[in-house]
Amino acid sequence: MSELRHLINITDLSVEEIDHLIAVADDIIAHPEAYWDACAHKKLATLFFEPSTRTRLSFTAAMMELGGNVLGFDQAASSSTSKGESVSDTIVMACCYADIVAMRHPKEGAPFVGARHSTVPIINAGDGGHFHPTQTLTDLLTIHRKKGDFKGLTIGLCGDLKFGRTVHSLIEAMIRYEDIHFVMISPEELDLPSYIKEQLNKAGVDWREVSSLEEALPELDVLYMTRVQKERFFNEEDYIRLKDSFILNRAMLSTAKDDMIVMHPLPRVNEIAIDVDDDPRATYFYQALMGKYIRMALILFLLGIK
Amino acid sequence: MNLDGVTTGTVLDHIQAGKGWEIYNLLKLDKEECTVAIIQRVDSTKYGKKDIIKIDGDTDIDLDILGYFDTRITVNKIRDGVLEKKVKLKLPERLVGVLECRNPRCITSVEKGIPHEFRLADREKKRYRCLYCDTVYKEKK
Repeated sequence: MSELRHLINITDLSVEEIDHLIAVADDIIAHPEAYWDACAHKKLATLFFEPSTRTRLSFTAAMMELGGNVLGFDQAASSSTSKGESVSDTIVMACCYADIVAMRHPKEGAPFVGARHSTVPIINAGDGGHFHPTQTLTDLLTIHRKKGDFKGLTIGLCGDLKFGRTVHSLIEAMIRYEDIHFVMISPEELDLPSYIKEQLNKAGVDWREVSSLEEALPELDVLYMTRVQKERFFNEEDYIRLKDSFILNRAMLSTAKDDMIVMHPLPRVNEIAIDVDDDPRATYFYQALMGKYIRMALILFLLGIK
Repeated sequence: MNLDGVTTGTVLDHIQAGKGWEIYNLLKLDKEECTVAIIQRVDSTKYGKKDIIKIDGDTDIDLDILGYFDTRITVNKIRDGVLEKKVKLKLPERLVGVLECRNPRCITSVEKGIPHEFRLADREKKRYRCLYCDTVYKEKK
Protein backbone atom coordinates (compact mmCIF):
# COMPACT_ATOMS: atom_id res chain seq x y z
CA MET A 1 0.00 0.00 0.00
CA SER A 2 1.37 3.41 -0.93
CA GLU A 3 2.12 6.06 1.70
CA LEU A 4 -0.78 8.34 2.66
CA ARG A 5 -0.16 11.79 1.23
CA HIS A 6 -1.90 15.09 1.90
CA LEU A 7 -1.59 18.50 0.28
CA ILE A 8 -1.67 21.17 2.98
CA ASN A 9 0.99 23.55 1.70
CA ILE A 10 2.39 23.71 -1.83
CA THR A 11 5.80 22.80 -0.40
CA ASP A 12 4.42 19.36 0.50
CA LEU A 13 5.07 18.65 -3.18
CA SER A 14 8.58 18.51 -4.59
CA VAL A 15 9.41 20.40 -7.77
CA GLU A 16 9.53 17.05 -9.58
CA GLU A 17 6.04 16.16 -8.32
CA ILE A 18 4.68 19.53 -9.44
CA ASP A 19 6.26 19.01 -12.85
CA HIS A 20 4.63 15.56 -12.95
CA LEU A 21 1.19 17.04 -12.12
CA ILE A 22 1.61 19.63 -14.87
CA ALA A 23 2.54 16.88 -17.33
CA VAL A 24 -0.49 14.77 -16.32
CA ALA A 25 -2.78 17.82 -16.63
CA ASP A 26 -1.37 18.45 -20.11
CA ASP A 27 -2.12 14.84 -21.00
CA ILE A 28 -5.67 15.08 -19.60
CA ILE A 29 -6.27 18.18 -21.76
CA ALA A 30 -4.94 16.35 -24.82
CA HIS A 31 -6.70 13.02 -24.15
CA PRO A 32 -9.66 13.57 -21.79
CA GLU A 33 -11.35 10.32 -22.81
CA ALA A 34 -8.45 8.31 -21.42
CA TYR A 35 -9.38 9.51 -17.91
CA TRP A 36 -13.16 9.19 -17.98
CA ASP A 37 -13.22 6.13 -15.72
CA ALA A 38 -9.98 6.67 -13.82
CA CYS A 39 -11.80 7.31 -10.51
CA ALA A 40 -14.83 5.08 -11.05
CA HIS A 41 -16.39 4.08 -7.68
CA LYS A 42 -14.24 6.61 -5.81
CA LYS A 43 -15.76 9.41 -3.75
CA LEU A 44 -14.49 12.92 -3.09
CA ALA A 45 -15.83 14.73 0.00
CA THR A 46 -15.85 18.51 -0.42
CA LEU A 47 -15.96 19.90 3.12
CA PHE A 48 -16.36 23.64 2.65
CA PHE A 49 -16.72 25.42 5.98
CA GLU A 50 -16.83 28.77 4.17
CA PRO A 51 -18.35 29.73 0.83
CA SER A 52 -16.50 29.23 -2.43
CA THR A 53 -17.59 29.07 -6.04
CA ARG A 54 -14.63 28.25 -8.24
CA THR A 55 -12.69 25.99 -5.96
CA ARG A 56 -15.64 23.81 -5.00
CA LEU A 57 -17.05 23.68 -8.52
CA SER A 58 -13.67 22.84 -10.01
CA PHE A 59 -13.10 20.04 -7.48
CA THR A 60 -16.57 18.71 -8.23
CA ALA A 61 -16.07 18.96 -12.00
CA ALA A 62 -12.62 17.37 -11.71
CA MET A 63 -13.93 14.32 -9.83
CA MET A 64 -16.92 13.98 -12.16
CA GLU A 65 -14.69 14.06 -15.24
CA LEU A 66 -12.62 11.29 -13.69
CA GLY A 67 -15.76 9.16 -13.35
CA GLY A 68 -15.95 9.52 -9.57
CA ASN A 69 -18.64 10.82 -7.23
CA VAL A 70 -18.79 13.85 -4.95
CA LEU A 71 -20.46 14.44 -1.58
CA GLY A 72 -20.11 17.16 1.04
CA PHE A 73 -21.34 20.55 2.17
CA ASP A 74 -20.69 24.10 1.08
CA GLN A 75 -20.98 26.07 4.30
CA ALA A 76 -20.40 25.43 7.98
CA ALA A 77 -24.08 26.09 8.74
CA SER A 78 -25.08 22.96 6.84
CA SER A 79 -22.59 20.76 8.68
CA SER A 80 -22.38 19.56 12.28
CA THR A 81 -19.88 22.36 12.92
CA SER A 82 -22.91 24.52 13.63
CA LYS A 83 -23.65 22.09 16.48
CA GLY A 84 -20.12 22.48 17.80
CA GLU A 85 -18.42 19.50 16.15
CA SER A 86 -14.64 19.76 16.00
CA VAL A 87 -12.65 19.68 12.77
CA SER A 88 -10.98 16.45 13.81
CA ASP A 89 -14.32 14.71 14.44
CA THR A 90 -15.71 15.95 11.14
CA ILE A 91 -12.69 14.53 9.33
CA VAL A 92 -12.82 11.17 11.09
CA MET A 93 -16.47 10.96 10.05
CA ALA A 94 -15.70 11.98 6.44
CA CYS A 95 -13.07 9.23 6.21
CA CYS A 96 -15.87 6.70 6.75
CA TYR A 97 -17.61 7.82 3.56
CA ALA A 98 -15.01 9.19 1.15
CA ASP A 99 -11.73 8.15 -0.48
CA ILE A 100 -10.31 11.68 -0.56
CA VAL A 101 -11.26 15.02 1.04
CA ALA A 102 -11.00 18.60 -0.20
CA MET A 103 -11.39 20.96 2.73
CA ARG A 104 -11.83 24.71 3.01
CA HIS A 105 -11.96 26.35 6.41
CA PRO A 106 -11.78 29.96 7.62
CA LYS A 107 -9.32 29.08 10.40
CA GLU A 108 -5.65 28.83 9.54
CA GLY A 109 -4.21 25.36 10.05
CA ALA A 110 -7.58 23.57 10.05
CA PRO A 111 -6.67 21.22 7.15
CA PHE A 112 -3.42 20.40 8.96
CA VAL A 113 -5.48 19.33 11.97
CA GLY A 114 -7.68 17.34 9.61
CA ALA A 115 -4.67 15.60 8.06
CA ARG A 116 -3.46 14.51 11.48
CA HIS A 117 -6.71 12.64 12.07
CA SER A 118 -7.37 11.40 8.56
CA THR A 119 -6.97 7.98 6.99
CA VAL A 120 -7.57 9.37 3.48
CA PRO A 121 -5.73 12.12 1.58
CA ILE A 122 -6.67 15.67 2.64
CA ILE A 123 -6.41 18.52 0.18
CA ASN A 124 -6.28 22.01 1.61
CA ALA A 125 -8.76 23.98 -0.49
CA GLY A 126 -7.90 27.19 1.38
CA ASP A 127 -7.46 27.89 5.10
CA GLY A 128 -8.18 31.51 5.97
CA GLY A 129 -5.43 33.84 4.81
CA HIS A 130 -2.87 31.08 5.09
CA PHE A 131 -2.44 28.58 2.21
CA HIS A 132 -4.28 27.70 -0.98
CA PRO A 133 -2.06 25.14 -2.70
CA THR A 134 -4.49 24.00 -5.41
CA GLN A 135 -4.84 27.59 -6.58
CA THR A 136 -1.07 27.65 -6.82
CA LEU A 137 -1.05 24.47 -8.88
CA THR A 138 -3.68 26.10 -11.10
CA ASP A 139 -1.49 29.18 -11.47
CA LEU A 140 1.60 27.13 -12.25
CA LEU A 141 -0.22 25.10 -14.92
CA THR A 142 -1.58 28.32 -16.46
CA ILE A 143 1.82 30.00 -16.56
CA HIS A 144 3.49 26.84 -17.86
CA ARG A 145 0.96 26.39 -20.68
CA LYS A 146 1.08 30.06 -21.68
CA LYS A 147 4.81 30.62 -21.30
CA GLY A 148 6.24 27.16 -21.90
CA ASP A 149 8.65 27.43 -18.98
CA PHE A 150 9.15 29.31 -15.72
CA LYS A 151 12.77 30.26 -16.29
CA GLY A 152 13.55 33.95 -16.68
CA LEU A 153 10.00 35.16 -15.99
CA THR A 154 9.29 38.48 -14.30
CA ILE A 155 6.10 38.20 -12.31
CA GLY A 156 4.21 41.18 -10.92
CA LEU A 157 2.05 40.47 -7.88
CA CYS A 158 -0.49 43.21 -7.37
CA GLY A 159 -3.07 44.13 -4.74
CA ASP A 160 -3.47 42.52 -1.35
CA LEU A 161 -0.14 40.84 -0.74
CA LYS A 162 -0.62 40.76 3.02
CA PHE A 163 -3.70 38.57 3.33
CA GLY A 164 -3.63 37.17 -0.23
CA ARG A 165 -2.96 33.50 0.40
CA THR A 166 -2.77 32.75 -3.35
CA VAL A 167 0.16 35.11 -3.60
CA HIS A 168 1.98 33.57 -0.65
CA SER A 169 1.63 30.05 -1.99
CA LEU A 170 2.64 31.11 -5.52
CA ILE A 171 5.80 32.73 -4.19
CA GLU A 172 6.66 29.65 -2.12
CA ALA A 173 6.26 27.47 -5.18
CA MET A 174 8.10 29.64 -7.68
CA ILE A 175 11.18 30.44 -5.61
CA ARG A 176 12.16 26.80 -6.04
CA TYR A 177 12.57 27.35 -9.77
CA GLU A 178 15.60 29.02 -11.30
CA ASP A 179 15.86 32.59 -12.52
CA ILE A 180 12.51 33.96 -11.30
CA HIS A 181 11.99 37.68 -10.74
CA PHE A 182 9.21 39.27 -8.71
CA VAL A 183 7.84 42.78 -8.58
CA MET A 184 5.52 43.39 -5.61
CA ILE A 185 2.88 46.05 -6.22
CA SER A 186 0.76 46.96 -3.21
CA PRO A 187 -0.14 49.74 -0.79
CA GLU A 188 2.16 49.77 2.22
CA GLU A 189 -0.61 48.51 4.52
CA LEU A 190 -1.08 45.41 2.40
CA ASP A 191 2.51 44.48 1.60
CA LEU A 192 3.98 41.01 2.04
CA PRO A 193 4.24 39.48 5.52
CA SER A 194 7.78 39.45 6.89
CA TYR A 195 8.11 35.67 6.78
CA ILE A 196 7.49 35.63 3.02
CA LYS A 197 10.06 38.40 2.53
CA GLU A 198 12.50 36.34 4.58
CA GLN A 199 11.85 33.32 2.36
CA LEU A 200 12.49 35.39 -0.78
CA ASN A 201 15.75 36.72 0.62
CA LYS A 202 16.86 33.33 1.87
CA ALA A 203 16.23 31.82 -1.57
CA GLY A 204 18.28 34.61 -3.16
CA VAL A 205 15.40 35.59 -5.43
CA ASP A 206 15.50 38.90 -7.27
CA TRP A 207 12.52 40.94 -6.02
CA ARG A 208 11.53 44.52 -5.36
CA GLU A 209 8.55 46.51 -4.16
CA VAL A 210 6.88 49.32 -6.09
CA SER A 211 3.85 51.36 -5.18
CA SER A 212 2.46 51.94 -8.69
CA LEU A 213 1.15 49.43 -11.20
CA GLU A 214 2.06 51.70 -14.14
CA GLU A 215 5.71 51.69 -13.10
CA ALA A 216 5.91 47.90 -13.08
CA LEU A 217 3.85 47.02 -16.17
CA PRO A 218 6.41 47.37 -19.01
CA GLU A 219 8.81 44.77 -17.61
CA LEU A 220 6.30 42.08 -16.64
CA ASP A 221 5.77 38.69 -18.30
CA VAL A 222 2.99 37.82 -15.87
CA LEU A 223 0.73 40.24 -13.99
CA TYR A 224 -1.03 38.51 -11.13
CA MET A 225 -3.87 40.65 -9.79
CA THR A 226 -5.59 39.99 -6.47
CA ARG A 227 -8.71 41.24 -4.76
CA VAL A 228 -8.60 43.20 -1.54
CA GLN A 229 -10.70 40.76 0.48
CA LYS A 230 -13.30 42.24 2.79
CA GLU A 231 -13.49 39.07 4.89
CA ARG A 232 -9.82 39.42 5.93
CA PHE A 233 -10.34 42.79 7.61
CA PHE A 234 -11.46 43.29 11.19
CA ASN A 235 -12.07 46.97 10.48
CA GLU A 236 -14.42 48.07 7.68
CA GLU A 237 -12.87 51.54 7.47
CA ASP A 238 -9.51 50.04 6.49
CA TYR A 239 -11.21 47.90 3.86
CA ILE A 240 -13.04 50.83 2.26
CA ARG A 241 -9.87 52.94 2.22
CA LEU A 242 -7.76 50.26 0.49
CA LYS A 243 -10.16 48.30 -1.71
CA ASP A 244 -9.65 50.36 -4.85
CA SER A 245 -5.89 50.78 -4.47
CA PHE A 246 -4.92 49.15 -7.75
CA ILE A 247 -7.23 48.89 -10.71
CA LEU A 248 -6.13 47.58 -14.11
CA ASN A 249 -7.90 48.86 -17.21
CA ARG A 250 -7.34 48.29 -20.92
CA ALA A 251 -5.67 51.65 -21.54
CA MET A 252 -2.97 50.82 -19.00
CA LEU A 253 -2.08 47.69 -20.97
CA SER A 254 -0.66 49.83 -23.79
CA THR A 255 2.72 49.89 -22.03
CA ALA A 256 2.71 46.15 -21.27
CA LYS A 257 4.42 43.48 -23.37
CA ASP A 258 2.28 41.96 -26.14
CA ASP A 259 2.70 38.48 -24.67
CA MET A 260 2.24 39.42 -21.03
CA ILE A 261 -0.54 37.46 -19.36
CA VAL A 262 -2.99 38.92 -16.83
CA MET A 263 -3.97 36.44 -14.15
CA HIS A 264 -6.40 36.63 -11.25
CA PRO A 265 -7.52 33.88 -8.86
CA LEU A 266 -11.10 35.30 -9.08
CA PRO A 267 -13.56 36.47 -8.00
CA ARG A 268 -12.65 39.96 -9.07
CA VAL A 269 -14.57 42.90 -7.75
CA ASN A 270 -13.32 45.94 -9.62
CA GLU A 271 -9.53 45.51 -9.67
CA ILE A 272 -9.68 44.44 -13.34
CA ALA A 273 -11.97 46.58 -15.47
CA ILE A 274 -14.41 44.67 -17.71
CA ASP A 275 -12.76 46.17 -20.82
CA VAL A 276 -9.65 44.07 -20.14
CA ASP A 277 -11.66 40.86 -20.73
CA ASP A 278 -11.47 41.22 -24.53
CA ASP A 279 -7.72 41.80 -24.54
CA PRO A 280 -5.82 38.68 -25.65
CA ARG A 281 -3.61 39.05 -22.60
CA ALA A 282 -6.55 38.44 -20.24
CA THR A 283 -5.92 34.92 -18.94
CA TYR A 284 -8.05 34.69 -15.80
CA PHE A 285 -10.95 32.69 -17.21
CA TYR A 286 -8.54 30.30 -18.92
CA GLN A 287 -6.83 30.05 -15.53
CA ALA A 288 -10.15 29.01 -13.92
CA LEU A 289 -10.46 26.26 -16.52
CA MET A 290 -6.92 25.06 -15.77
CA GLY A 291 -8.03 24.67 -12.14
CA LYS A 292 -10.18 21.72 -13.12
CA TYR A 293 -7.42 19.91 -15.01
CA ILE A 294 -4.75 20.32 -12.36
CA ARG A 295 -7.17 19.15 -9.66
CA MET A 296 -7.89 16.08 -11.78
CA ALA A 297 -4.15 15.39 -11.90
CA LEU A 298 -3.86 15.98 -8.14
CA ILE A 299 -6.73 13.63 -7.24
CA LEU A 300 -5.15 10.89 -9.37
CA PHE A 301 -1.77 11.50 -7.75
CA LEU A 302 -3.03 11.44 -4.15
CA LEU A 303 -5.15 8.36 -4.78
CA GLY A 304 -2.13 6.66 -6.33
CA ILE A 305 -3.94 6.07 -9.63
CA LYS A 306 -1.63 5.90 -12.64
CA MET B 1 28.31 26.89 46.37
CA ASN B 2 28.89 23.26 45.60
CA LEU B 3 26.64 20.33 44.86
CA ASP B 4 26.29 19.32 48.51
CA GLY B 5 22.83 18.25 49.51
CA VAL B 6 22.00 16.30 46.35
CA THR B 7 22.76 12.59 46.43
CA THR B 8 21.02 11.57 43.26
CA GLY B 9 19.21 14.21 41.30
CA THR B 10 19.67 17.39 39.29
CA VAL B 11 21.22 20.76 39.92
CA LEU B 12 20.18 23.60 37.63
CA ASP B 13 23.00 26.10 37.75
CA HIS B 14 23.60 29.51 36.19
CA ILE B 15 19.94 30.52 36.27
CA GLN B 16 19.62 34.24 35.75
CA ALA B 17 19.35 35.87 39.19
CA GLY B 18 15.72 36.27 40.23
CA LYS B 19 14.39 33.73 37.71
CA GLY B 20 14.61 30.68 39.97
CA TRP B 21 10.93 30.71 40.94
CA GLU B 22 9.87 31.13 37.34
CA ILE B 23 11.84 28.04 36.34
CA TYR B 24 10.45 26.19 39.35
CA ASN B 25 6.90 26.93 38.19
CA LEU B 26 7.65 26.32 34.51
CA LEU B 27 9.02 22.85 35.28
CA LYS B 28 6.08 22.23 37.62
CA LEU B 29 8.49 21.19 40.37
CA ASP B 30 5.76 21.73 42.96
CA LYS B 31 4.18 18.54 41.58
CA GLU B 32 7.32 16.49 42.29
CA GLU B 33 7.61 14.29 45.38
CA CYS B 34 11.34 14.94 45.85
CA THR B 35 13.10 17.66 47.82
CA VAL B 36 13.67 20.87 45.90
CA ALA B 37 15.71 23.86 47.00
CA ILE B 38 15.86 27.24 45.30
CA ILE B 39 18.92 29.26 46.16
CA GLN B 40 18.72 32.86 45.08
CA ARG B 41 21.29 35.52 44.23
CA VAL B 42 24.40 33.44 44.70
CA ASP B 43 27.71 35.06 43.74
CA SER B 44 28.77 33.96 40.28
CA THR B 45 32.11 34.61 38.59
CA LYS B 46 30.39 34.30 35.22
CA TYR B 47 27.24 36.41 35.71
CA GLY B 48 27.79 38.35 38.94
CA LYS B 49 24.68 36.84 40.57
CA LYS B 50 22.74 33.69 39.77
CA ASP B 51 20.01 31.39 41.06
CA ILE B 52 20.39 27.64 41.58
CA ILE B 53 17.75 24.92 41.87
CA LYS B 54 18.65 21.64 43.54
CA ILE B 55 16.38 18.68 43.01
CA ASP B 56 17.17 15.70 45.20
CA GLY B 57 15.67 12.63 43.56
CA ASP B 58 15.17 11.07 40.14
CA THR B 59 13.16 13.49 38.04
CA ASP B 60 12.71 13.93 34.32
CA ILE B 61 13.43 17.57 33.64
CA ASP B 62 11.85 18.94 30.46
CA LEU B 63 15.01 20.12 28.74
CA ASP B 64 13.00 21.61 25.87
CA ILE B 65 11.21 24.03 28.16
CA LEU B 66 14.44 24.83 29.93
CA GLY B 67 16.29 25.32 26.64
CA TYR B 68 13.58 27.64 25.37
CA PHE B 69 13.70 29.66 28.59
CA ASP B 70 17.46 30.13 28.71
CA THR B 71 20.18 28.07 27.00
CA ARG B 72 22.78 29.39 29.45
CA ILE B 73 21.38 27.30 32.31
CA THR B 74 23.65 24.37 33.17
CA VAL B 75 22.00 21.04 33.99
CA ASN B 76 24.13 18.88 36.28
CA LYS B 77 23.04 15.28 36.73
CA ILE B 78 24.23 13.86 40.06
CA ARG B 79 24.43 10.17 40.91
CA ASP B 80 25.58 8.93 44.33
CA GLY B 81 26.91 12.38 45.18
CA VAL B 82 29.10 12.53 42.08
CA LEU B 83 28.62 14.68 39.00
CA GLU B 84 27.50 12.15 36.39
CA LYS B 85 27.08 14.50 33.43
CA LYS B 86 26.56 18.09 32.43
CA VAL B 87 23.83 18.74 29.86
CA LYS B 88 24.29 21.66 27.50
CA LEU B 89 20.96 23.18 26.59
CA LYS B 90 19.93 24.25 23.12
CA LEU B 91 16.81 25.75 21.63
CA PRO B 92 14.40 22.87 20.92
CA GLU B 93 13.21 22.27 17.34
CA ARG B 94 9.64 21.76 18.57
CA LEU B 95 7.74 23.15 21.55
CA VAL B 96 4.53 21.37 22.47
CA GLY B 97 2.16 22.80 25.07
CA VAL B 98 4.57 25.52 26.18
CA LEU B 99 3.66 28.58 24.13
CA GLU B 100 0.18 29.64 23.10
CA CYS B 101 -0.66 30.94 19.62
CA ARG B 102 -2.33 34.34 19.85
CA ASN B 103 -3.49 34.54 16.24
CA PRO B 104 -7.30 34.77 16.44
CA ARG B 105 -7.50 33.23 12.95
CA CYS B 106 -5.55 30.13 14.02
CA ILE B 107 -7.45 26.86 14.36
CA THR B 108 -6.02 26.49 17.88
CA SER B 109 -8.23 29.42 18.93
CA VAL B 110 -11.39 27.34 18.42
CA GLU B 111 -10.54 23.64 18.17
CA LYS B 112 -10.54 22.03 21.60
CA GLY B 113 -8.11 19.33 22.60
CA ILE B 114 -5.29 20.10 20.18
CA PRO B 115 -1.90 21.04 21.62
CA HIS B 116 -0.34 24.38 20.79
CA GLU B 117 2.80 23.51 18.84
CA PHE B 118 5.62 25.68 17.64
CA ARG B 119 8.62 24.97 15.43
CA LEU B 120 11.95 26.75 15.58
CA ALA B 121 12.10 29.00 12.51
CA ASP B 122 15.21 31.04 13.27
CA ARG B 123 17.75 29.85 15.85
CA GLU B 124 19.73 33.08 15.80
CA LYS B 125 16.72 35.28 16.49
CA LYS B 126 15.06 32.66 18.76
CA ARG B 127 11.99 32.83 16.57
CA TYR B 128 9.23 30.23 16.81
CA ARG B 129 6.31 29.81 14.44
CA CYS B 130 2.98 28.17 15.13
CA LEU B 131 2.88 24.76 13.45
CA TYR B 132 -0.71 25.35 12.34
CA CYS B 133 -0.83 28.97 11.12
CA ASP B 134 2.87 29.97 10.87
CA THR B 135 2.39 33.03 13.06
CA VAL B 136 5.55 34.09 14.89
CA TYR B 137 5.31 33.82 18.66
CA LYS B 138 5.83 37.14 20.41
CA GLU B 139 6.51 37.38 24.13
CA LYS B 140 4.00 39.44 26.09
CA LYS B 141 5.51 42.80 26.99
